[in-house]
Amino acid sequence: MRRTLALIVLFFSLSAWSVPALALDIREVTSTSGVKAWLVEDHTNPILTLSFSFAGGQSSDPVGKEGRARLVSGLLDEGAGERDSTAFQQALSDDSISLRFSARIDRFSGGLTTLTETRDTAVELLRLALTAPRFDPEPVERIRAQVMASLRNDLQRPRTIASRAWWGASFIDHPYGRSGDGTSDSVSSVTADDLREFVNTTFVRQGLVVSAVGDIDAATLSALLDRVFGALPTFGGSTPAPNVTPKAAGQTFVVQDNVPQSVVVFGHAGIARDDADWYAASLLNEIMAGGFGSRLTEEIREKRGLVYGVYAYLLPLDHAPLIMGGLATQNARVAESVELVRQEWKRMAEGGPTTQELADARTYLLGSFPLRLVDSDGTASVLMGLQEGGLPIDYLARRDALYESVTLDDMKRVARRLYRPDQLTVVVVGKPEGVTATAPVPSVPGVPAQGG
Amino acid sequence: MPIRMFRRPALFAALVAAGLVWATSPSTAGIFEPETFTLDNGLQVVVVPNHRVPVVSHMVWYKVGAADEPAGKSGIAHFLEHLMFKGTKTRAPGEFSRIINQIGGSENAFTSYDYTGYYQNVAKDQLGRMMALEADRMANLALLPKDVESEREVILEERRTRTDNDPSSQFGEQITAATYLAYPYRIPVIGWENEMRRLSHDDAIAFYRTWYAPNNAVLVVAGDVTAAEVRSMAETTYGVIPAREVPDRIALRGLEPPQRAARRLEMESPRVDQPSWSRRWLAPGVVWGDTKQAAPLEVMAEILGGGTTSRLYRSLVVEKGLAVSAGAGYSPDGLGPQTFSVYASPRDGTDLAALEAAVEAEVTRLLRDGVTDDEVASAIIRMKRRAIFARDDMLAPARLFGEAMVAGGGIADVEEWPERIAAVTAVRIAEAAKALLIPEQSVTAILRPKPAS
Repeated sequence: MRRTLALIVLFFSLSAWSVPALALDIREVTSTSGVKAWLVEDHTNPILTLSFSFAGGQSSDPVGKEGRARLVSGLLDEGAGERDSTAFQQALSDDSISLRFSARIDRFSGGLTTLTETRDTAVELLRLALTAPRFDPEPVERIRAQVMASLRNDLQRPRTIASRAWWGASFIDHPYGRSGDGTSDSVSSVTADDLREFVNTTFVRQGLVVSAVGDIDAATLSALLDRVFGALPTFGGSTPAPNVTPKAAGQTFVVQDNVPQSVVVFGHAGIARDDADWYAASLLNEIMAGGFGSRLTEEIREKRGLVYGVYAYLLPLDHAPLIMGGLATQNARVAESVELVRQEWKRMAEGGPTTQELADARTYLLGSFPLRLVDSDGTASVLMGLQEGGLPIDYLARRDALYESVTLDDMKRVARRLYRPDQLTVVVVGKPEGVTATAPVPSVPGVPAQGG
Repeated sequence: MPIRMFRRPALFAALVAAGLVWATSPSTAGIFEPETFTLDNGLQVVVVPNHRVPVVSHMVWYKVGAADEPAGKSGIAHFLEHLMFKGTKTRAPGEFSRIINQIGGSENAFTSYDYTGYYQNVAKDQLGRMMALEADRMANLALLPKDVESEREVILEERRTRTDNDPSSQFGEQITAATYLAYPYRIPVIGWENEMRRLSHDDAIAFYRTWYAPNNAVLVVAGDVTAAEVRSMAETTYGVIPAREVPDRIALRGLEPPQRAARRLEMESPRVDQPSWSRRWLAPGVVWGDTKQAAPLEVMAEILGGGTTSRLYRSLVVEKGLAVSAGAGYSPDGLGPQTFSVYASPRDGTDLAALEAAVEAEVTRLLRDGVTDDEVASAIIRMKRRAIFARDDMLAPARLFGEAMVAGGGIADVEEWPERIAAVTAVRIAEAAKALLIPEQSVTAILRPKPAS
């Protein structure tokens, strides 16, 4: 789901390493059959946490079958191997095993948390979920009904409508323009065979990343990797989406909706994760939108009380790097709030940050990283994210230097590159006063048609 | 009551991920092994050492919340929480937050019915500085009128985001108001909008001066630190703030009269496409009412409606195919009357009356036949295991101890939770169910679509 991915990337942009004393000992473990994982061994508690992800997610949903990946994420633990849904859920519950799956835009991720005493069962259940999901009619219809109910709720939310309109307008004719949550029609049309096809083409070794944290040694992990992932095919059959540049740059769309508070989503093309300017861009986003003390929060919330929250983040999707943001404010003050965002975009593009802002952002990004590692889930997610970004295992040891090498001149140059006030695509959902739409709202599933 | 308002929206998800905010029951073990002591001025201190990473969580909990607000001033506890970031006699507005940002820390604050809390997660060598700054605003808050004005707009936007833009939240507010005849839990934590608009600088300062005192607070420090270190830093920071007389909030809150008639609320909205049904009963908790029922009710909620193997989910969602979701909710934490609830949301095409009848059938079965020993044993194992998982998290214990202490309990309430759960039997659950599930003492709520006109 978009929100999930956004959070993960938000976290990414905050990642840094600054406390050498925090000796996070990451080892790469390669199983007999060649499955690799990053391991942090920690026997403090009798708990193992695994995080993993495959290449391919919602953006591989076929046209008219949007919601397929999401349905898969809800059904893998609803029956696999010899166990039907009830037996599988009972086995998880009896042993307090947490098994999680999530369909993201470009990836499909999963997680397992288990006590050491129930680890063998947990590993077997995970293996079955990935290699032998049943997709029996009862659970398929039940989970489908849950997804439809969730859609009915979501599509009444201004935030969902704004997001769908933004993505639909920006990515016409590209999978990113079609919400991976789908519509009632598309979710209805997904068959069990469609679900199997996703599993067969996505759950493959190429592109797989795995991290393990907790009560396990390298030899045991190696055997676990072979057992869970060893039998997966090496290559899949899915074709990645093409690279794309967002359309509708500079346009403002208004979706009329009878709510007291308008929801605004904005964004434009950003900077890719493997771009040399990524570190400067991360620092800039911290200065622009890193909570209290950041430019957007100070100008829009603290000085004027216009919003409860205003945010922006870098979203380096596989096929389109973006910078996105949003806010919500009473209808009467939407125009003023959006104008303030544009002003701050322009001010940063023209003047860049101050020396002090750069120093503070750097200290923050370097110093805040250990807070991500206070539990196994957080650590496992960090390690999974690093691998998804294609970063080397010694990357954490070199992060300080990467951020410290960014100069004020770099920041100014990258600010001009990153912040394009005239390129902002703005979507407002509500009854905003004083906001002029520059184009009609495109026809996007889930976005109410705008009549007279 | 599990409702908390946060000052900073973006962090909420991170907190949930960190396990700091738990929507479910307190899951702990007698194995956090905290140390506790009290300063001369009455400040209670809990230290939960965890040396996994060189980070500490520093939290101050005040024993005051939305249920302690003067009449007509709803939302003042939460408004004050926001204003606590607006400076002191010697610190500029936002300065504390800027310092935290500069050192790579994170912070937030929260307000519930029974407490208000502030915390920072920082590198361990910054703990003393955090204590000095937090102690400063415990005693020296100084507000500029313009900051009060703009922050009032912020909380009104917060209310629009949380409540006014969302019919299910609006309905939730109505349900809570209808659940309590007299007890102040009937008033929303964020406040009624018409009263929020009138909250003033003087209201905030009066509330602050009444309740924010070291002898009405609990300091919880979790992470890479020892009790001795905390004590010495606490004595030179918080320790110098004099104690002050604080009102008896239990007495001020009053009581809840008996309910003699079932209540039923229905709301229709054109902004609702997915209907929902729920029923709740007032319930005892760890402080309120017949407190020995709390543990049996927790286990009962687990059996009846905890997850996909529970009775309600199995029956309504899997076997009968009537619902997309179904479950039960109960949290015993809190000073006042708690609630035990059952809920379900229909599948497309399911009649709400049929859904209600199906939930009632499970409740009737529970009352008639009770639960089996196997169900109890299995639920207890699952719940005790959650306590082990909680040990993996540095921040969860801090929240659990804070919540227990502000409810007037001690660390034993958390440490001995697994033992209390383990002592629950099918017989005790049957007794608790009979005492609780009385039809004329229920509140039923139905939210359904209304076709746009």
